[in-house]
Amino acid sequence: MIRVKNLYKSFNDNLVLNNVSVTFEPGKTNLIIGRSGSGKTVLLKSIVGLHEVEKGEIWFENVLFNELDFIQKKDIRKEMGMLFQGSALFDSLTVDQNVKFPLNMFTDMSSEEKNERVNFCLNRVNIINANSLYPAELSGGMKKRVAIARAISLNPKYLFCDEPNSGLDPITAILIDELIKELTEEYSMTTIVNTHDMNSVMKIGEKIVFINDAVICWEGSKDEILHSDCAALNDFVFANALAKQLRSSLK
Amino acid sequence: MIRFLTQFGRYILLLKKVFSKPEKPSIYFKQTMHELVYLGLNSVGIIAIISFFMGAVITLQTAYNTENPIYPTYLIGLGCRDSIILEFSSTISALILAGKVGSSIASEIGTMRVTEQIDALEIMGVNSASYLILPKIVATLLFNPILTLLSIIVGIVGGWIAGTFSGVITSEDFIYGIQYAFIPYYITYSMIKTLFFAFIITSVSSFQGYYVEGGSLEVGRASTKAVVFSSVLILLFNVVLTQLLLS
Repeated sequence: MIRVKNLYKSFNDNLVLNNVSVTFEPGKTNLIIGRSGSGKTVLLKSIVGLHEVEKGEIWFENVLFNELDFIQKKDIRKEMGMLFQGSALFDSLTVDQNVKFPLNMFTDMSSEEKNERVNFCLNRVNIINANSLYPAELSGGMKKRVAIARAISLNPKYLFCDEPNSGLDPITAILIDELIKELTEEYSMTTIVNTHDMNSVMKIGEKIVFINDAVICWEGSKDEILHSDCAALNDFVFANALAKQLRSSLK
Repeated sequence: MIRFLTQFGRYILLLKKVFSKPEKPSIYFKQTMHELVYLGLNSVGIIAIISFFMGAVITLQTAYNTENPIYPTYLIGLGCRDSIILEFSSTISALILAGKVGSSIASEIGTMRVTEQIDALEIMGVNSASYLILPKIVATLLFNPILTLLSIIVGIVGGWIAGTFSGVITSEDFIYGIQYAFIPYYITYSMIKTLFFAFIITSVSSFQGYYVEGGSLEVGRASTKAVVFSSVLILLFNVVLTQLLLS
């Protein structure tokens, strides 16, 4: 279980996280939603330790993660996989080498075992015959899938995804969402996804956290989200014209 | 002043991270081999060309400035040798490498920063500073002295060819001149300077790239800063080391 308690984070004088407390459910797909600039990415990056928080606690099970030093954090980080908004594949490495990177760094597997694991992970995300390609030769959707393959190569306990379907067409976005959901169930991972895509919310969201102006405004399930009293959340959920029409027709 | 101290503090903290124990030495060894080729071997061509013409110009200039029957012509060879060993092969080569290697390092690491590749390394539990910078420092410390030696040899050959072909000195006089009153310590001095300059180029450029914030514009700025700061530090350390080692 990942718990965040009374988190504060600011950049210069701009408060980005203001007393944020939330518990993410283990083995489920947890979604952080909110408008651009609301603090979603900062919250996610604070949880994984890429941002130092000013105040507050970040717990991974019974370990107070943000109090650990770099060496102590390593053990927990080996249990994390992360999918970045821009995929963050290593430009100078091929697809094969990208997925193999964590295996080379942290395991004593033989070359055959590593190849087997790489091919398994790539097959799992439906990347076939692309082992020797470089990231520059891949499409946006393929990059995301390779990044997912790299993230799951060490069988992580926690998966973090920062806007996994940004910049993708709707069909590829759905495929990526489905893949994240399937992998979460398959490996019993605790997954936290940052998104502002309502399709993702309705498709894969099990626990949803809405962040607005640096504070958590609402928490609930995808069934509850359509009947919320939170005005900011309603503005967000029913922001597009189609959703507005649907809402008025339901009323 | 406060900004300078803050930056200097960050630089020292980065170096502390860089020189921490590597996660898996075998991976670092492979990276170092890769950097030896990328930063070292790929610089051989430019260093050879520059050194050749540098040696040629030094010889011709020395010849035109010593057109006096009092001075024996072999002094042209001696002047060429000492100028190249003492100053040109170490300092000028370092300034050239600051431009070529320094900008390449800053833009490579800077691009990795803005495209979140460094964040990806950190998330995996990899010490990104050490993984990215240590092999570069080791590679340049190992290879730059070889580049300096190459520069000395090619520079002197360039001087000999320019001197003899232009007729300002005979081949015998030039060869006598480059052997005359040779002080081996000058080579040691040149090598010590090269090691300092190699460390400055790699660490300063890596520092500029590692802390880039923003996008491609900032990566370009970091690359320019890397060249400027490395060059200024090379010139500053050139004075300090010369005073310490030759006085």
